[in-house]
Parts: sequence; C-alpha cells; structure tokens
Amino acid sequence: MPSDHSAPGASRVWGYAAALISLGLAIAVAMQAQAVLGGEVLLASWAWAPSLGISLGFMLDGLSLIFALLITGIGALIFLYATGYMGDHPQFGRFVLFLFLFMLSMLGLVLARDLITLFVFWELTSVTSYLLIGFNNDQPKARRNALQALLVTGGGGLALLAGFILIGMAAGSHDLAQILASGGLQDHPLYLPILGLVLLGAFTKSAQFPFHFWLPNAMAAPTPVSAYLHSATMVKAGVYLLARLHPTLGDTAAWSGTLTAAGLLTAVMASVFALRQSDLKQALAYTTLMALGTITLFLAGGSPYALTAAITFLIVHSLYKAALFMVVGAIDHATGTREVAHLGGLRRAMPLTALAAALAAASMAGLPPMLGWIGKELLYAGAGTLPVPGLVTAGVLLANALMFAVAGIVALRPFWGQPIAPPHPPHEVGWQMLAGPLLLGVLGLGCGLAAGLLQPFVSVAVTISLDQPHAADLHLWAGLNLPFALSLATFALGTLICLARDTLRRAIAAGLARLPGFDPGWDRFLDGFRAFALWQSRLIQTGRLSHYLTATFVTLALTLGVTLILKRPVIAIALSASPLLWLIAGFTLAGAVLALVPGSRIANIAGIGTVGIGVALIFILFGAPDVATTQLMVETLSAVLFGIAMLRLPGIIERRSPRKQLLHAGIALAVGLCVTLTILAIVSHPLDRHITRFFEEGSYAQAHGLNIVNVILVDFRAFDTFGELTVVLLAAIGAYALLKRKAAGGRE
Amino acid sequence: MNSLILSTGARFLVALFLVFSVYVLLRGHNAPGGGFIGGLIAACGFAIHAFASGVAEARRALRVDPRSIGTWGLICALIAGLMAGPLGAAPFQGIWAEIAGYKISSVLLFDIGVYLAVIGGVLTLIFALEDLGEEVG
Repeated sequence: MPSDHSAPGASRVWGYAAALISLGLAIAVAMQAQAVLGGEVLLASWAWAPSLGISLGFMLDGLSLIFALLITGIGALIFLYATGYMGDHPQFGRFVLFLFLFMLSMLGLVLARDLITLFVFWELTSVTSYLLIGFNNDQPKARRNALQALLVTGGGGLALLAGFILIGMAAGSHDLAQILASGGLQDHPLYLPILGLVLLGAFTKSAQFPFHFWLPNAMAAPTPVSAYLHSATMVKAGVYLLARLHPTLGDTAAWSGTLTAAGLLTAVMASVFALRQSDLKQALAYTTLMALGTITLFLAGGSPYALTAAITFLIVHSLYKAALFMVVGAIDHATGTREVAHLGGLRRAMPLTALAAALAAASMAGLPPMLGWIGKELLYAGAGTLPVPGLVTAGVLLANALMFAVAGIVALRPFWGQPIAPPHPPHEVGWQMLAGPLLLGVLGLGCGLAAGLLQPFVSVAVTISLDQPHAADLHLWAGLNLPFALSLATFALGTLICLARDTLRRAIAAGLARLPGFDPGWDRFLDGFRAFALWQSRLIQTGRLSHYLTATFVTLALTLGVTLILKRPVIAIALSASPLLWLIAGFTLAGAVLALVPGSRIANIAGIGTVGIGVALIFILFGAPDVATTQLMVETLSAVLFGIAMLRLPGIIERRSPRKQLLHAGIALAVGLCVTLTILAIVSHPLDRHITRFFEEGSYAQAHGLNIVNVILVDFRAFDTFGELTVVLLAAIGAYALLKRKAAGGRE
Repeated sequence: MNSLILSTGARFLVALFLVFSVYVLLRGHNAPGGGFIGGLIAACGFAIHAFASGVAEARRALRVDPRSIGTWGLICALIAGLMAGPLGAAPFQGIWAEIAGYKISSVLLFDIGVYLAVIGGVLTLIFALEDLGEEVG
C-alpha cells in the first residue's frame, strides 16, 4: 500500500490496476457465458468443515452469470471513474483496497454454492460497505451513517444465518445445488420461520420498507461508492437471494403477500420521496429504493412474465443507475454543487457528460428505443399476473411516472435548463470519468435496439429462478396492447408531474412533516439501547474485586452443594495414613491458619506459600515429581508476585463491618466444606485407569518419550498447550499494559 | 532491596537456576522436567536477580525484552506445530528424525517454545510490577 507521504496522485496506479483486474475477471466470466447459457452449471467445491457438512463451494449458473457480469463489468468502470474522481485523495490507495475487497465479496456472494459460504460473503459485503460509507471518517455524519448501514444490514445478516441453518436442517444440506434439486420447502413445518428470517436478511440488505432508511443515508459515501454499491451491486444482494431461493421458498401466499406488500410500498413511497429531493444524489438514492421495491414486487409472483420483468428491470436499472450516479459525481466534481436549483445549462461546458446523462435518463424514463422501454413494457405485462393486479398496476404506473419526472429533473435540467452560474466555473471531466457513464448509456441503447442479444441471458436466469424452462421474449415493439397504452399513460402523467413539480414538492414536504421519521426513531432506539447496556454493565460490573470473588465463590459453593445434596454420593473416610502424611497435613494446616491471622501481610502471604509447599510435598510423596516441581515453582512465583503487589498497597483503610466479616467467613466455610466433601466423594470411587493406561502404553510407542506428563503436554495435547501459552502471554501483556498505564497516570 | 548477602549470593544462584532450567528442559521428555518447569525455574532465577540488583539490572542481564522472549516462544511452538503440515501429518503431530545417532524432533522445538513463552510471560509480569513499585514507592 502506498503511504500517505507519497506524492498526491501517486496511488492512481492502484486505481488503474484494480480496473484492469476487474476487466480481466469480467472477461473470465464472460468466457464461460457460452456454456452457462447452454444450461450448464459450473461447480467447484472444497471441504471446509466436513464434520458440519459445510464446504467452500462456488457455482456459476445463469442467475449468477448476470450478477457476476454486472459486478465485474461495472466494477472495472467504477475503478476507472474513481481514479479520475478522487485519484489525488491522500488515501486513495486505501479506498481502492476497500472497494476491491467489496467487489470480491460481492462476487463470492453471487457465486456461492454453499449457504454458509454465501453467508460469509454476505457479511463481508456488509463490513466492506461499512468501511466505504464511512470512508470520509473525519465527518461525524459519515461515521454515523456507516454504522447505521452496518447495524441494519448486519442485524439482517444474523437473521439470515439463522434462516440458512434452518434451511440446512430442513433440506438436509447446505449445498445450494442440492437444495434446489430437492424440491421446495413450502410444505416443511419450519417453512414460516425460514421464510421470515430469510426475508429479514434480504429486506435489510435491499433496503425494503421498513428497513429502507439506511440507503439514502449511505449517500455519505464518496460518489463512486454510491454508484457501485447502491445501484448495481450490494443492494441487489437481497434481490439476488430472493431470486435464488424462489424455487425453494416461493409460490406461497406468505411469500407473495409479504413481497408484494413490501415491494409495492417501497416503490411508491420511494418515488414520491425522490421527487421531493433537491440534492441530485439523494434523488437518485430514492429512485434506487424504488427500483429495488419494484424488483422485489415482481419476484413475489410465480409467473414467467413477472420474473422476466424482474430480471430485465434489474439489468436495466444497474446500467442506467450506475451511469447516472457517475454523471452526478461528475457534475459535483466540475461545479462543486449537487443542488438542482444551482445547476443549469451545463451542456455547453460538459457536452459528453450531457450525452451520457441523456442516454441514461432516457433509459430511466423508459423512452423507446432504450432498454428501459422494454423493461417498462415487461413490468406492465407482468403486473397483470401478480396478486391484486389492479392495485399493483396502478402502483407501478405511479412509480414509473414519478421516475419519468425525476429522470427529467435529475439528468436533463442541469444540462438543458436555464444557464445558472455554479460555485465553480464548469469544465468537462477527464476521460476516466466519462468512459463509465458513456459506455453504460450506449449499452442501454444498444441492448434496446438489439434486445435479442440480451434474451438468452434473461431466459436462463428466469429458468433458474422459476425452476422450469422459459424462453423470455424481449421486443422493442410488442404491438398495440395494454402495456403500450400504459406506457403512453406513464409519459403523460410523468410530464404533468414534471410541470407541477413545485406544487407537488411543497405538498409532499407538508405531508411528510406530519409523519414520524424513521431516522430520528433509529437514533432514539440506539440511544435507548446504549442506556440499557450502560445500566446492565453498572449492575454486573461493580469494579470491586471483593464483589467478583463473592459471586464466584458463592456460585462454586452453591453448585457443588446442590449437586452433593441431589446425588448423595458415598463418602468413605479413611483415617489411616502414614505418620509422614499426618506431619505434612499438620504443616499445611498451620500455613492456612497463618494466612488468616490479621496484622501482617507478609505473614499471610508466607502462610499461603506454606499451604502450597505442603501440597507439593504430598505430590512428591505420591510419586508425581513433575507436578510437585511445577507446584513448588508456581507457589514460589505467586508468593513473589503477591508480595510485590500487596506489600506496596497502602494499609487496609476500610475496616469491614462485623456483618460482612461474618458473611465472608460463612462463604469461606461453605466453599471449604463443599470442596472437601466433593474430593472425598471422588476418591471414594475406584479410579478409572483406562486413560492412564492409554498414555502409559502410548507414551513411548507413539511419542518416543518416557515422561508421560511431558509427553501429554508437548505431544498428545500440544494444541491445548499452545492455546494455554497464548493465554499466558496475552494475560501477561495485558497486565503489563494496565500497569504501565497506571504508572503513566501516577506520574501525571 | 539492599542486602549484601542477597546480591552476592544472587550472582551464583541466577547462574545455577539458568543452567538447571536448561537441564530440566532437555531431560524433560524421558525424566521429570520439561519446558514448563524449566521456564518457571529460569523465571525464578531472574526474579531473584531483580530483587537483589533491581529491575533495570535484571533487564540488562536478560538483554531482550521479556515480551519478545514470550512472543518468540509462541512462534517456536507454532512453527513446531505447523511443521507437520508440509510433511502430510496433522497439525501439532510430532515429527521425528535421527541425525548422527541423536533423535531430534519438532516436539523439542515445541518444548523450547513453551520454555520461552513461560519465561517471557512470568518476567513481563514481575518486571512490570517491580517497575510500578519503584516508581510509586
């Protein structure tokens, strides 16, 4: 990675490199298109956690193909665009890294064959998008909005994981190829919980009502990010999942009802909101919501028409929306503003940007002969096959008309309206920033004129999403039918809205002012959650060692005591022991008494040490020299550490009340009694020696060592030992950091 | 602490502790001992040195920051554990070889890692506590 000290713009090379790699990936995917369009499914899989039936698996089929091509193709253009847009940003290298990681995560998501693999990539897109939305991390708003996006999509991700685990249980496999082949889960008793959890994941990711609020806020990201994540890719992840699981979970009343309601509400609400925005980027954000709502709405249906409309519109939208975001970024870059009221007549200064804007906007408005026109026709054709066709058709008509109006306001007015002097004198942007929008705009036109080229792609995706063969029919001219009439009505209504936009805007603003906002609600929710966390931390974490010890020992005494009472084990007490053992026992007991005598701390510490040495002597007596030596060393070092720490403490300031002393004595006696009884109960049982025998026999034969204790530590259970070493070292370094901080604080 | 007897005796004791700790470490596979005990013995030696001559002197005698010693111990143990990978064995499986009549193994490297990690961990703690004591007291 380039450092911040390198010359500004030096990290541009990373942008070009990323663009080239993305292009290479796109070509690699495209080379498989022939086979995939022929109905082949390319599979690859590696064992990951075989004991759980989880593998790192990938597959490329018709549905993945469209998404993979959009992700890598638009990705290449975005990297190029970003290099022109912010190549001299001091942290551009970091930006490219984040964006590239995001692209790989997204690619992994749509190519995942295993549900758990899919989930991992799903979460990676959430994390990388968090980094990208919050890229301008010196702005509190960017940080807040990034966190909001992460919490909403991450929360949905958790629900999705639960849903995937349930699918795995219901279908008996995490392998998507197998799940899809094994027929649907619609009649499974777990169907409704699965559906709820999966929809929660998909709706949060694709910003469906009531989780839509994070998407407009995510516009705090640099424009290349918005153009990529919030048009073509990340927000489409939820839609992808719905299309992918359509054969498994679709075609029920619950599925179509929920998707219709959420999709229609999102689409209509978002297009109304879009009209109200005066910031170009915000307006585009809301039209993205509208598009996502529309796609969700058409995935509700089970007919080939509805799915053809959904898939086609998805492609249409990715092409024009990425282009429009890039155009808005170019306007911002060239003039220093995105406010629609401050922009006009830019076509003279920025002719090529204006051309790109016109092409993209024409597709968005659904004008012939753009691909957008075909998409819109298909939407109207599909609307009739959805549940409540009348309402859906009316909703789609309204949304499309508003879209027509917004296309005019966002993309045409800044270029063709009355010339207004913006903050900076406008200039045409560089080729890096023109290539993307122009190419995507021309693609929108080309795919419209030669719709036959797109047909096989849509057909094979619909076939997969429908789980039955279907040949999609994409035509510019489908005859004088109902969709055609509805298209004309859309244009008329859209023109009316465009003319009356100021009145409408005021009316919408007045209406919205009376509704409770989602965003303040989110803040209140988060504040409440924080207050709750603080309250419960204060309750549990008092910060006083004596409280923690009390809790620990009371729990120990209770669990042991209750178990002893419930199980009533046989306890045989044998008082016969050698005189030497009695002597050691007396020595140990004397140490324990010494530890309790108040007055001198050093005597107490010595008492504890004496107890430890007594135990070590017993180990020696019973032939465990290893354990005894270790015990002796540990006791010595603990006495040393204890001594250093305790002797430097100030004298005991706080005299405990007699009641508290009595309580502590009671707890100590209870723990002592319960532990003693438990040990007596254990030694009353004959020792099960089969583990000992295993190590005795295996120690030399398998591990070439005679010292069983050491062989267990460094060979049989070496992985455990490694974990323990890590803990020891981390604990020491943690304590070191705490002590050093205290020392630094003491000096101040 | 200012005790002539302790500081004079400590010089011999530290050397004795260190030599003994290495002896215990190396014999550990077949006789009582091993990296864990050896590490504790060596740590005790340096703790005595720190008491007798001060932490600064003990740190000088150690030459390397105890945190680095601990980290290197962890790295040794990890290398010993991962060595099995390229040879087709399961992670942390012991690898044995015989060179000129002497058996050597990844297990010994692992035990040396344990030895270093224990020394590093314990001394990090003791030195930090002693530092704090000297600064506050």
